[in-house]
Amino acid sequence: MTPQPLCIAGRTFSSRLFTGTGKFSSAELMEEALLASGSELVTVALKRVDVADTQDDILRHLAHPQFNLLPNTSGVRTAREAVFAAQLAREALETNWIKLEIHPDPKYLLPDPVETLRAAEELAKLGFVVLPYIHADPVLCKRLEEVGVAAVMPLGSPIGSNKGLLTKEFLEIIIGQSRVPVVVDAGIGAPSHAAAALEMGADAVLVNTAIAVAGQPVQMAQAFRLAVEAGRMAYEARLAAPVAHAEASSPLTAFLD
Amino acid sequence: MSFRPIFDAHLWDDVKASIYAKTAADVEFALRAPKRTLEDFKALISPAAAPYLEQMAQLSHQLTRKRFGNTVQLYVPLYLSNECQNICTYCGFSLDNKIRRRTLSGVEMLQEAAVLKDWGYEHVLLVTGEANQTVGVDYLRKAIQVLRVHFAQISMEVQPLDEPDYELLIAEGLHAVLVYQETYHQQDYKKHHPKGKKSNFYYRLETPDRLGQAGVHKMGLGVLFGLEDWRTDSFFTALHLDYLERTYWQTKYSLSFPRLRPAEGLLQPKVEMTDRELVQLICAYRLLNEEVELSISTRETPTFRDHIVRLGITSVSAGSKTNPGGYIVEPESLEQFEISDERSPQEIAAMLRRQGYEPVWKDWDAALTALSR
Repeated sequence: MTPQPLCIAGRTFSSRLFTGTGKFSSAELMEEALLASGSELVTVALKRVDVADTQDDILRHLAHPQFNLLPNTSGVRTAREAVFAAQLAREALETNWIKLEIHPDPKYLLPDPVETLRAAEELAKLGFVVLPYIHADPVLCKRLEEVGVAAVMPLGSPIGSNKGLLTKEFLEIIIGQSRVPVVVDAGIGAPSHAAAALEMGADAVLVNTAIAVAGQPVQMAQAFRLAVEAGRMAYEARLAAPVAHAEASSPLTAFLD
Repeated sequence: MSFRPIFDAHLWDDVKASIYAKTAADVEFALRAPKRTLEDFKALISPAAAPYLEQMAQLSHQLTRKRFGNTVQLYVPLYLSNECQNICTYCGFSLDNKIRRRTLSGVEMLQEAAVLKDWGYEHVLLVTGEANQTVGVDYLRKAIQVLRVHFAQISMEVQPLDEPDYELLIAEGLHAVLVYQETYHQQDYKKHHPKGKKSNFYYRLETPDRLGQAGVHKMGLGVLFGLEDWRTDSFFTALHLDYLERTYWQTKYSLSFPRLRPAEGLLQPKVEMTDRELVQLICAYRLLNEEVELSISTRETPTFRDHIVRLGITSVSAGSKTNPGGYIVEPESLEQFEISDERSPQEIAAMLRRQGYEPVWKDWDAALTALSR
């Protein structure tokens, strides 16, 4: 069985593992790990790269045809700043894809839902392919869908926490009712977390810290690649559920006999 | 965007074949699944699920109690008019049926309403045929204005309207709209609706989209069982519901299960749906969707209704008359279809209490509707 490809805004991905580019000990190691991950969409923090420099260390190591760049707006605190940053990124990196992240709080980096919704609406109108990083809030996801985002990226647990899918109940609701792809972002600390997200029907996951700070980042990137493939394959094959035992009670259908 | 492209992508014969190809293994898989899909639903309504009926009933009972508690909602239809410009082969109000036509005046509506209020009703369902000259949007608007001070919740089952008309009526206090596709079998639909505005299949199919766009609080879907293969029609209903829930996510949904009843001089059911099959379907809907309201009318017999409230049903009508003026103004006018359960609302409420359910008469407030005006 060939796994179903993922399609976002008309672009097809055979890998459902999206990766970040921060926190690696060197750009060379980042490159090697990302190649091993099989990822086809990698995020780049606008604040980290020098777009005026064609030999920028990060960008130079991402110059592979399989890597589509997804600039993010990390560092902005308001919708207005996010729109400005997105326009800058579009010009510099020649892509209208934008990972919208607005976390005014520098401690936990939690997304601001109000500013994010405002910015998403504005950016969609400006023709951006918007992928917003948000809380696992099902209503917010529907509101974002209505203003035209290309996918939603709810968090599994606080970013960088490696705690896995603490928002599982809400992710299930989001996945169950979403009309755009759902990418679980943030908090995925182990390949088993990624596999669990795909098993429950998430369309993709985004992983950064767990790969970048692993003892062997390249090997860990491979492990995530396999976990994501396995999780998706299991989802498509439809998992057998544990048997639910019905309460013993008097027959409800005897009146039909 | 509407449901139409999704509908067009599903061919009736393919859907039907795939339902009838489901096996016992598919049914067992569906019964165990924590979240059931439309493919699981096909298995649960298939002939292969017949031996699993008791298990489905137990699950349906548990899931319904989990979501709705020990309560059942009560509502009552108020027929305002039997004038109709459509020919529908199964309906007593059909244009070619030579009956005396009657449309209630405002004063008559209030007389009828007084009877329903005495019974304790706060939720009324306004019903008409389709006669846009006499029973058009203006008439419906006036009816809502007249009745909204007397009832907490006003629902409507009338001809499909355009989106601005729905917006207007919702602003006047309309809470819910029921619009049944009758059948999703396009060719048969044409046969059963040869004349009148209702003969436009796609206009009817896209009515829930117009309602969703207009921001209606609740909408009801369903088909008329007896026209076509009930399993295939029910799959399309489930497909429609799935699309609507994703798209108009602020709207609440309900499903009804009208089985074709004898009506004066008209069609006999082409496909018979047994009691056992209707129970199977109700349980299958509940297993697919834990939140949807499931409603049963007085078309069904007392015995059937007494049992079905424990199997997934969350809303029942009682004491219904299906003729305009039927409660007090003109009890002898011709009814749309025969009632099978003629017990009074009080008897039904007592029956519910005996089974441990609280009958709920009021579940909305006119003030909430006024807020959105």
